[in-house]
Amino acid sequence: MSSGLVIQSVSKTFASPTGPVRAVDNVSLTIQPNEFFTLLGPSGCGKTTLLRMIAGLDIPTTGSILLDGQDIAPLPAYKRPVNTVFQSYALFPHMTVADNIAFGMKMQGKPNNEIDKAVKEALALVRLEDKGERKPAQLSGGQQQRVALARALVNHPKILLLDESLSALDYKLRKEMQIELKRMQRETGITFIFVTHDQDEALSMSDRIAVMEKGNVAQIGSPQEIYDKPATRFVADFIGICNFVKASSLGLNDNCDIGFRPEDASFTVGRGMGKGTIRHINYRGAVTHYIIELEGGESITLSEDDPQNVAVNDVVSVVIPTERLIRCKV
Amino acid sequence: MQGIRNAAPWLLSPFLLVMGVFFAAPLLLVVGYSFMTAHYPGGVEFPLTFEAYTKIFYDTDFDGNKVFDSSFLLICWKSLKLAGLCTILCLFAGFPMAYFMATRPAHQRNLWMMLVTIPFWTNLLIRTYSWILILRDEGLVNNLLMSAGIISSPLTLMCGDFAVGLGLLYSYLPFMVLPIYANLERMDWRLVEAASDLYATRWQTLRKVTIPLSMPGILAGSILVFIPSIGSFLAPQLLGCGQQMMLGNKIENLFGQAGDWPFGSAASVALMAIVMIGLMIMSRRGGIKELV
Repeated sequence: MSSGLVIQSVSKTFASPTGPVRAVDNVSLTIQPNEFFTLLGPSGCGKTTLLRMIAGLDIPTTGSILLDGQDIAPLPAYKRPVNTVFQSYALFPHMTVADNIAFGMKMQGKPNNEIDKAVKEALALVRLEDKGERKPAQLSGGQQQRVALARALVNHPKILLLDESLSALDYKLRKEMQIELKRMQRETGITFIFVTHDQDEALSMSDRIAVMEKGNVAQIGSPQEIYDKPATRFVADFIGICNFVKASSLGLNDNCDIGFRPEDASFTVGRGMGKGTIRHINYRGAVTHYIIELEGGESITLSEDDPQNVAVNDVVSVVIPTERLIRCKV
Repeated sequence: MQGIRNAAPWLLSPFLLVMGVFFAAPLLLVVGYSFMTAHYPGGVEFPLTFEAYTKIFYDTDFDGNKVFDSSFLLICWKSLKLAGLCTILCLFAGFPMAYFMATRPAHQRNLWMMLVTIPFWTNLLIRTYSWILILRDEGLVNNLLMSAGIISSPLTLMCGDFAVGLGLLYSYLPFMVLPIYANLERMDWRLVEAASDLYATRWQTLRKVTIPLSMPGILAGSILVFIPSIGSFLAPQLLGCGQQMMLGNKIENLFGQAGDWPFGSAASVALMAIVMIGLMIMSRRGGIKELV
């Protein structure tokens, strides 16, 4: 019996006034047990639809979803050992925090003493021990987020789905929650499937990332693989900053475009791969960005850790280690 | 801000005038009449007396003795019973209707809403008369059943509690549907998805999430149905063939044929008291506190 979640050629077509829309197009992927897996992509790429099909809130048009060998695609949401942390949290406003967390276990008919104990533990896991009797509206956004997490985790699902769950939080809170989420995933040993459009979040939290584009998976791999060896130009562009220039602009003999990351390139006043003029210097604190216009007219961005002794309109040469060049298929 | 606050009492005056003329004055008049002496066959005169209120419980026999008389109280009880039953039936019929409407695609909802309000385009009197055509012995229902061979002689559908109850249900159902619909339409349906994600079956979701969240609408609908149906006049008059007297008919009779305006006013005050007690019970049951 294969364990983990296996998605086999799943498609989802929605009816719309302008004709059917294929939100997810023949996607196949396997998610290992205890993995922190991220579906990353711009809005409309199908990542949320895929998540909703795993949750059972949408039914695939074709394909199967196997969880530990069992096809769960035909099962309604309430029969799946899968729980979701919704983007809007979707806490029940008429119930206390404790009742919200107890909801799943109550619906499953678990005994009361077991529920009480589990709710206490869940409140402790998300560090809201003293907030059990509050109503959701009396909590801050970050606290509501943690209640939503507790409400899902208390059921010990095989898979926890997180739908853009951090995007409503402010920057500092988001960073804290990223670390919290990783901690909870380690402590509970539950598979996390995280949907986000934030590449930063994806890179820092995931064991593996699937980058999605227009209903398809563009690439699956570890954060490092995706960043260093993007399979397509779309992936390279979506994850971090990537310069793309004609090979000839860098003095290379190739008829495709060549990509490179700003931090992989440096410049020199001596000989390099291509000559250009510095147009802008953006000091960003940790790094400094240099916008350089190459002789062919293409504009590229370079970043250096320390400010260099150059000025706008200086002519420099660009140097990139050959192994850092990105030659994408597309 | 200070200027607005200072002007507030003056700005209230149109509202107070309207409330005074259309609400407070008639109410005070009725309460005042109920403490006066009847001037047959209609009108009131001094002295002030509690006479009208004693008529709620007592009748005066030929010798001038007061004897306990339950007929008015029975009418009250019957009105309460029919209005309560009507409210409950409207709720059971209206909630699924409202739920159905609220779960249609957005562009269809206005159409459904219009369909629910179509009956209001015609006068209630005419619509109640048409029920007679449907329910009477030679009416639509009996003709259909007999021509289908299901029954051999016509069923007596008219003149009983059945006809009156049906008439009330029909008259006030939209008042239940519309507030619940307004409530459900505003509801965050993602909560229903969340419940389903948390192992709740459709039935459990309805009981634990949808119904509690639509309580304000249910309460508003119940009030809007209960109040007019307890004082209802047309349905018992026409569909009850005048044999099924409710409070509304009794009051009409006292002001009209009986010419006892003080008793009529006292009966009206009694009706208001019953409505208020009914509302208090409903708001307790509705669990207003839980909603906060």
